[in-house]
Amino acid sequence: MAHDDNSGAELAAAASSDHGPENNVSTGTAVVANDAVENPGFPPHRQRVTDLNPKKERTAERTVYTLFYLSIIGSVWAIAAYMLFPIEPENLLSVRLNNLFIGVGVALALLGIGIGAVHWAKALMADHETIDERHPVRGTDETRARAVEIFETANEESGFGRRTLIRNSLLGALVAFPLPAVVLFRGLAPEGQDPVALLNETAWEAGTRLARDPSGVPIKASDVTLGSAFHVIPEGLSEMDHMLEEKAKAIVLLMRLKPEDLNEREDRKGWSYDGIVAYSKVCTHVGCPVALYEQQTHHLLCPCHQSQFDVTNHCAVIFGPAARPLPQLPIAVDDEGYLIAQSDFQEAVGPSFWERH
Amino acid sequence: MSTATASQASASTAKKSGGFTGKAANYLDERTSISGAVKEFGRKVFPDHWSFLLGEVALFSFVVILLTGSFLTFFFQASMAEVHYDGSYVPLKGVEMSIAMASTLDISFDIRGGLLVRQMHHWAALLFVASIGLHMLRVFFTGAFRKPRELNWVIGFVLFILAMAEGFTGYSLPDDVLSGNGLRIIDGIIKGIPLVGTWISFLLFGGEFPGTAIVGRLYTLHILLLPAILVLFLALHLVFVIVHKHTQYAGPGRTEKNVVGFPILPVYAAKAGGFFFIVFGVIALIASFFTINPIWNYGPYDPSPVSAGTQPDWYIGFADGALRLVPPHWEFVLFDRTWSFNILAPLIIIGIFIVLVLIYPFIEAWITGDKREHHILDRPRNAPTRTAIGAAGVTFYAAMWAAASSDLIATHFHLTMEGVIHALQAMLILGPFVAYFITKRVCLALQKKDREIALHGFESGRIVRLPGGEFIEVHEPLDEYERWRLVSFESHAPVILRPNAEGKITNKARLRSALSRWFFEDRIAPATKKELESGHDGH
Amino acid sequence: MFTKKKRQDSAAKRGRRHPLANVALIAIGLIATGGAYAGISSATAQTESTVVSQASVEDGEKLFQANCATCHGFNLEGSDEAPSLIGVGAAAVDFQVGTGRMPMQAHNVQAPEKPVQFTDDQISSLAEYVASVAPGPAIPEEQYLDADGDAANGAELFRINCAMCHNVAGAGGALTEGKYAPSLMGVSEAHIYEAMITAPQNMPVFNDMNLSPEDKRDIITALKFMENEVSVGGHPLSSLGPVAEGLFIWIFGLGSIIAVTVWITAKSN
Repeated sequence: MAHDDNSGAELAAAASSDHGPENNVSTGTAVVANDAVENPGFPPHRQRVTDLNPKKERTAERTVYTLFYLSIIGSVWAIAAYMLFPIEPENLLSVRLNNLFIGVGVALALLGIGIGAVHWAKALMADHETIDERHPVRGTDETRARAVEIFETANEESGFGRRTLIRNSLLGALVAFPLPAVVLFRGLAPEGQDPVALLNETAWEAGTRLARDPSGVPIKASDVTLGSAFHVIPEGLSEMDHMLEEKAKAIVLLMRLKPEDLNEREDRKGWSYDGIVAYSKVCTHVGCPVALYEQQTHHLLCPCHQSQFDVTNHCAVIFGPAARPLPQLPIAVDDEGYLIAQSDFQEAVGPSFWERH
Repeated sequence: MSTATASQASASTAKKSGGFTGKAANYLDERTSISGAVKEFGRKVFPDHWSFLLGEVALFSFVVILLTGSFLTFFFQASMAEVHYDGSYVPLKGVEMSIAMASTLDISFDIRGGLLVRQMHHWAALLFVASIGLHMLRVFFTGAFRKPRELNWVIGFVLFILAMAEGFTGYSLPDDVLSGNGLRIIDGIIKGIPLVGTWISFLLFGGEFPGTAIVGRLYTLHILLLPAILVLFLALHLVFVIVHKHTQYAGPGRTEKNVVGFPILPVYAAKAGGFFFIVFGVIALIASFFTINPIWNYGPYDPSPVSAGTQPDWYIGFADGALRLVPPHWEFVLFDRTWSFNILAPLIIIGIFIVLVLIYPFIEAWITGDKREHHILDRPRNAPTRTAIGAAGVTFYAAMWAAASSDLIATHFHLTMEGVIHALQAMLILGPFVAYFITKRVCLALQKKDREIALHGFESGRIVRLPGGEFIEVHEPLDEYERWRLVSFESHAPVILRPNAEGKITNKARLRSALSRWFFEDRIAPATKKELESGHDGH
Repeated sequence: MFTKKKRQDSAAKRGRRHPLANVALIAIGLIATGGAYAGISSATAQTESTVVSQASVEDGEKLFQANCATCHGFNLEGSDEAPSLIGVGAAAVDFQVGTGRMPMQAHNVQAPEKPVQFTDDQISSLAEYVASVAPGPAIPEEQYLDADGDAANGAELFRINCAMCHNVAGAGGALTEGKYAPSLMGVSEAHIYEAMITAPQNMPVFNDMNLSPEDKRDIITALKFMENEVSVGGHPLSSLGPVAEGLFIWIFGLGSIIAVTVWITAKSN
């Protein structure tokens, strides 16, 4: 090793005699032992087989260039695979093979270079470690004095510290100038709309028929047999402007239970029809679709954060981070036997928001 | 870094050989003064240890992300206008979807090598954040954040946050059911923020959720703003690595005043350059054999469907898990306004956690009052309290992280999801204390063992009967190099509470004294020279 | 449960042989060969036996009394242990027995899928018996089970009606209190159809007014497409999504790269 001549004692001495400004630096809580064990210095250098055995050296050399050649083969293979394994429309196997064979070629090309270079460095390049001196990160005292001087000169020449009116008015101007940019961001959302009002209403109106998601075919009460769960949208949703935004609020889950299983509050007795109930499918936690209906336990589960709602009990929260029951859609049946909404939801659907009450 | 070293490599070899390379080098140097850079950095020493390469993994996967991502931008269209899909994937034919989704499907099914690049991009992103996480753990547990590197810890942490932001914005771009529900959750979280939440959501989505703006906006963030900031911080991070020179582990011959290792040219350049290709190659290999984010299964975003097992990518998991761990009914109406503590509590807790991690170097520096530069790394056992704090933090994070997969834990280990959630709630609160206590004791025990071995040598397993009839086990003494590893550390003693110059004991001093007692009350001092000498006589 | 006893082979050794022992032994042999399992469960649809044969019903009744009546009652009236089977129809029997869920081995949160305990003939006899007591959903017609419908429509219906429990890739998912929606991969067309019309356990009913038989055929088509088509990106990691992907990158991705870093920095020999 290049630095075998460094004896341990010298290193230890170097370590304990701090140079420059580091001298008086606080050691804080550290206990500096006076008779600490001395650094023994570098251990003797161990030679590699490739240093000692020319045969091994040649083997290593061969390995390295073989790897580089393999890399070339990999690149060529990837190009060939691009042509040999084209994607045929509607043939998924061709996509699979295209992905696989181009990928394997690229990987081989990259790994060949990488492993070859590292092996070269490890086995063949000179392996003696070298030493860099460290210096304190802080500038030398002279440099720092000069920096201070420069700032003082600049202050003197500009009058930045002296002319306080200029300085303070500049600071004020600098604070004020980005503010117009903040205002510009109002344009991110359309003007003339009140988000709170929008969040408080959905596409459901009195008389809107309940329809199947996604076909939009209205549902008759007689279609909904015991134990059924229908995913529901308001009829005519697909013709609405902002279809997805309306759908995000209006989705409903329709279930039929035995009427005696429903534990209905007096004021909501008229909201169901013969054991058929409709609840908003948007979780009151952060808005995932709550659609995992267990027809025996009558529990609804949200797959995102595991909030659970009890359908028999007006969808009260029984587990998980949600706080509020799912809003109920009051339903009835029209003359033709189709299920209709009695009105919009009586409260805002979906996740809570500040202005909600 | 690899490209920089490569150009240095060409420049330096150029100068030595004559002919064309010599002329080219001369041409370049006369216009760039590059010889100065080669002289300055060409033989800069970089210590060799596997854990020092974790940051490089992050850097290299970021380069892979940039390369593959640029390719993807040529095909991806960040528009939420609706089209009827007419590509190769049969189960989506004719389905209405956004152009973003349709163009992602085209990348996957109709462009040769497109799926490969897309999968490489996504796998590299997962690897990027994972390697940053592991790199941060290495830096934390070895005390590499101490003076003069506190600011670089902060920069690195900002990079971690930026990486997560990059990941999340990218995850949301294909506009499939999984990412759409992810955005739905983000929308719900934002709406839960008091005062401004409703409006922030309204502005972010350009109206009501989901709107037609969000993918385009996230795309701008994903490919322009966030990468620009990320590259800037990355450059700063690397500049500081050069300014500070790399830390090194304690070892014979290594001191606070030197750095021992291989010079950049040629060994380190070959190793790091080779390693770049290996990381790139491993990502390519994974992408050719393993599916990631099969958006064709998820289908186009529609507010109605959702998949069982809806989770974010792993690095957002801790936040998703924190939401899941909240007990029911943490929300109330006060002053006619809704206070959603089921959202605020996780946000506040995660915020505090992030700030604590961010400022930890300054906290520790204040407690120790140690103003020296530290370039020799601590073995984790030699800083028992820091290691224990780290273990507690990891446990806390792990509880939140695991909670994000509570449903999958339940199905795969035949448990109830309620049981899993309750267990993780307990782990979130009790786990850090248990981890702290166990880790601290283990560290102290290991330190004791080290001290024992330094003083008395290894147990050789050889039993000898002394003439007096006594049986002893012969201890093999260590050689001085091995011993140095065991004794070359500093222990700390708590600050003793003393009145200041005015004869007062300030609350600040009281706090610092209490904290330093917490940190350093249990300590094992390294074996000293004197002890070693007397220790040898013992056996 | 008699097939379980047979599996222990004790009856055969003692020379006492039930008339159905041979059939049962063959079935057990097939199950033991493992690969045959999927074949058995997909061959259960017996649509041609629309005309109920009296002999078959009698066989079914005997089988029912011997294997099912303890819990479900001698007249299908049910008990505290098990629900009434009056009106569940042949489809429910074919699904429950044909996927091995019934007979149940132990009381648990839900009956798991397990090796089928009866032969196809026995299952159809049982089904005919149960259907003969009270009418209910019949075993689906072959025309809806050909998995040759509109996969795009089926996939959309699947995402809206099924994916929240069974996962978009049919990989299954968790329900409350330890229950779960099973994986749909490898489930036969008939059993998928029967599950939709008979609502086993906690699954809701999807009657023909909700999802028409053609819709069901489309859903089956989409599922079979997912099951049979090659996974284009490579190994699907159980189709479990980001959690599986995250674990994979930490354990295998970062794991292999750490192995490389150790190799890079280890001193050469």
